[in-house]
Amino acid sequence: MQTRRDMLTRSASVAAALAGLGLLPQTALANWSQAAFEAKTLPELMKALGTSGPAESKDVTITGPDIAENGAVVPVGAATTLPNVKRLLLLVEKNPNMLAAMFDVTDAVEPSISTRVKMGQSSNVFAVAITGDNKVLYAAKEIKVTLGGCGG
Amino acid sequence: MRRLVITTALAVASTAGFAQKSTADGIAEYRAMLADGNPAELFEAKGEDLWKKKRGPKNASLEQCDLGKGPGVVKGAWVELPRWFADTKRVQDLESRLLTCMETLQGLNAAEIAKAPFGKGEQANMEALAAWISAESRGAKMNLPQGHAEERRMYELGKRAFFFRGGPMDFSCASCHGEDGKRIRLQDLPNLTKNPGDGVGFAAWPAYRVSSGEMWSMQRRLNDCYRQQRFPYPGYASDVTISLGVYMGVNAKGAESIAPAIKR
Amino acid sequence: MADPMRIRAQAQGDKTTVRVLMSHEMETGQRKDAAGKTIPAWFIQEVSATHNGKPVMTAQWGPSVAKNPFLQFTIKGAKAGDKVAISWKDNRGDTRTDEATVS
Repeated sequence: MQTRRDMLTRSASVAAALAGLGLLPQTALANWSQAAFEAKTLPELMKALGTSGPAESKDVTITGPDIAENGAVVPVGAATTLPNVKRLLLLVEKNPNMLAAMFDVTDAVEPSISTRVKMGQSSNVFAVAITGDNKVLYAAKEIKVTLGGCGG
Repeated sequence: MRRLVITTALAVASTAGFAQKSTADGIAEYRAMLADGNPAELFEAKGEDLWKKKRGPKNASLEQCDLGKGPGVVKGAWVELPRWFADTKRVQDLESRLLTCMETLQGLNAAEIAKAPFGKGEQANMEALAAWISAESRGAKMNLPQGHAEERRMYELGKRAFFFRGGPMDFSCASCHGEDGKRIRLQDLPNLTKNPGDGVGFAAWPAYRVSSGEMWSMQRRLNDCYRQQRFPYPGYASDVTISLGVYMGVNAKGAESIAPAIKR
Repeated sequence: MADPMRIRAQAQGDKTTVRVLMSHEMETGQRKDAAGKTIPAWFIQEVSATHNGKPVMTAQWGPSVAKNPFLQFTIKGAKAGDKVAISWKDNRGDTRTDEATVS
């Protein structure tokens, strides 16, 4: 069960992660964002924010299985009903490097993407949406990773 | 404060929901999510190319290869293998038959291909061909012929091999696959002494294994079974492995083939 | 030259669902081989999609994306006969572009 403290901690963690990755709207990114993809843990990425920080939002959805038979391939999706979305991100909290993928979406596509990620262990997975007016919103889901049997 | 209430309610609801859904349901949901977009399709595309490509010292394609339904007939061939072939006077499975065709039509060295490590070089080609050829029978029902005396003899041989206990752990195939309701950790083990159902057991291979990102043909699946039994592998496309295919395939008569499937 | 992608683009009403399978190892750089040596990272870093030549989406990927990656997204307003092209570039500089027609 989530307490208010858990929620705030989580918001702060996601905020810190995004700030640390330089992914908040005020930062311009060129080419492949090495720093972003090398960010390791959420606590390590605590940084002061210029905005009020990312908020959990019911307008962002993270889809995925509750349990993955194998962490090598976990289907996940990020979507949002918010208008004017510029970017969608997928984060796997407990992976060595949290940022799995980020998508720059134009008006020509729906703000909804699905892919498959590797998960090293059971973890929270975040879908983050960044809008054109610099709002950062996210949704989280816990995905348990298990090991199957003999591979049949 | 309201947000706390909503979040708590959601947390409770989702926890309750998860408890109601069994682990088996969860796994089934995971597998369903992967079914659309099976990386086996990448291997199928490669296999189709290889079938049509001129290769080897004879610079010929495999398009005249007879998989049991006539030269070049691929559709429906997979669900009737292994079967008797008059030209080689043997019961052959898909891999064995591909070796025959690659040697006679293309001039490639079958023995070397059989010795190549799985997943590399010519073995990777074999797996791609198996993926495509089995895909051409997707949805068809297993229907191995037993009309020829050799086919029936191989069935009996396969049954003996299936129940043969050996190796340091005294395992046989039947140790894991001889009864209903067995499993290893979260993996249900199909009973292969009878028809285990559509898309299960023999009807679910070749398959793409996500855990290693590899395409496994039945020969490779058997190889790994023997490894798990700590028993030496009888040899790629050997009579024993073919006979096991006959035993399992005939038992699965009527089961719908979903190959190439996607597996953990 | 990398193996071709499988691209399926299906129109339903005024939307087109695009599903892509890419052939790539997506090696994380975290694994070691049997001899104990680290297997170097090798993964797709950039993906882009165009609709009739017009860029509609770009993406940056890290090594956490699964091997033989799958991607699904939806283009608004595409119709049967339109062209969808997907390109990727990996950390070694290899690239691949494939095209499909919306059906």
